[in-house]
Amino acid sequence: MTQIANDAIPVIPRGVRLHKDTVRDLWVLLAPERTINLDPIGLAILNEIDGQRNFGEVVARLADAYSAPVDQITGDVAEFLTGLSDRRILELT
Amino acid sequence: MVPRTSIPAPIAMLAELTYRCPLSCPYCSNPVEMAKKESELDTDVWLDVFEQAAKLGVLQLHLSGGEPASRRDLVALVAGARKSGLYTNLITSAIGLTQRRLAELEQAGLDHVQLSLQGTDAGMADRIGGYKGGFARKMQAAEWIVEAGFPLTLNAVVHRQNLHQLPDAIEMAVAMKARRMEVAIVQFHGWAMLNREAMMPTREQAAEASRIVAEARERLKGTLVIDYVPADYHSDYPKRCMGGWGTTGLNVTPDGLVLPCHAAQTIPTLEFDNVSDKRLADIWYDGSAFNAYRGEDWMQEPCKSCDRRKLDFGGCRCQAMAIAGDPAATDPVCIKSPLHDKMTELADALSHDETAELVYRKSP
Repeated sequence: MTQIANDAIPVIPRGVRLHKDTVRDLWVLLAPERTINLDPIGLAILNEIDGQRNFGEVVARLADAYSAPVDQITGDVAEFLTGLSDRRILELT
Repeated sequence: MVPRTSIPAPIAMLAELTYRCPLSCPYCSNPVEMAKKESELDTDVWLDVFEQAAKLGVLQLHLSGGEPASRRDLVALVAGARKSGLYTNLITSAIGLTQRRLAELEQAGLDHVQLSLQGTDAGMADRIGGYKGGFARKMQAAEWIVEAGFPLTLNAVVHRQNLHQLPDAIEMAVAMKARRMEVAIVQFHGWAMLNREAMMPTREQAAEASRIVAEARERLKGTLVIDYVPADYHSDYPKRCMGGWGTTGLNVTPDGLVLPCHAAQTIPTLEFDNVSDKRLADIWYDGSAFNAYRGEDWMQEPCKSCDRRKLDFGGCRCQAMAIAGDPAATDPVCIKSPLHDKMTELADALSHDETAELVYRKSP
């Protein structure tokens, strides 16, 4: 299973931004020569990333908001963020 | 007419702002017959086209050329594109970009820079680019781009004459702190078509390039993302050209013609609309050139009954035109094409031409 340290801070780097695609009625992540369509879960995760909160805090907030077990949220968020990080669309500092 | 509801909105637009360029790369994708400077669209027309593109569904705008920095209004164009909501990508040789201009582009909201690389040292880069001193200027500008904090993609076009520099080019991308790299073995369209003898990689080089890229991708995971365009003529299956004709992207030429791909003008049966005459949405949905190869009705055998048709859409229409003389034929790269063996022989012969000289691109 993919793991991210609780104190790692996810940061959306310059050149990557959230965008509301009004033509297709969906949220996307715009990145260098990539467009990633976001489902509601992906959007919820990205909305918690402010460059200040660490991974543990992001997970805790999502677990609280969705009344879901922290273990399950941890795995889902780690997988999503690692996928972005491997593609240099997100930084973990 | 294809019903609009069955046609997806485009995601990407390539805006060729000008054909002017300080470099003369022999593989330039611009047409061999180029528009004159006087016929370039003016600032307001481009800004209106960007606004129309965003409303049509375009998300990514690639500002290219020629050299887009040759346009004096580049900063205004970037600012306008961002205001329309587009993600702005500058595809540049970096010649003509000063620190001051980069600061202005940053202020205007430029999202990303893609820097071209002709070689990893001045000897190679200046010879391929046909511009003495170009490499030194490019390296200086690259430093400024990174200092300014722009996310950077290094785009290395490789061919028989510089493929031995590929490992160095990858190290260069890492040293420049590029997040992405594109390794593209020359695509034989435009000026490159005049240079097949001088630039066609050997079969061994093509295989070696694939090995080098695979190794680098693994080693540099999380540091550098590498997109790779393998050697076309040496492949067994064709490229998924443009992600499907008229489904994903469009190209606007300096004088306003709207093309389904940058090489589409090599297909003499196609007629193209101009943004000066028609709305971009009407051209995208109803233009005859866009509808010519949408869907599958135009396909011939072996594509028509092939399972791969939904993967690669029969390959590149411009290549079918160039090699088979028929734009609706199966891309001759395909192992199922009756021309595949001829293509293999052609590639091998071209890649062993020891006497061919480079034919340089001429600017308008």
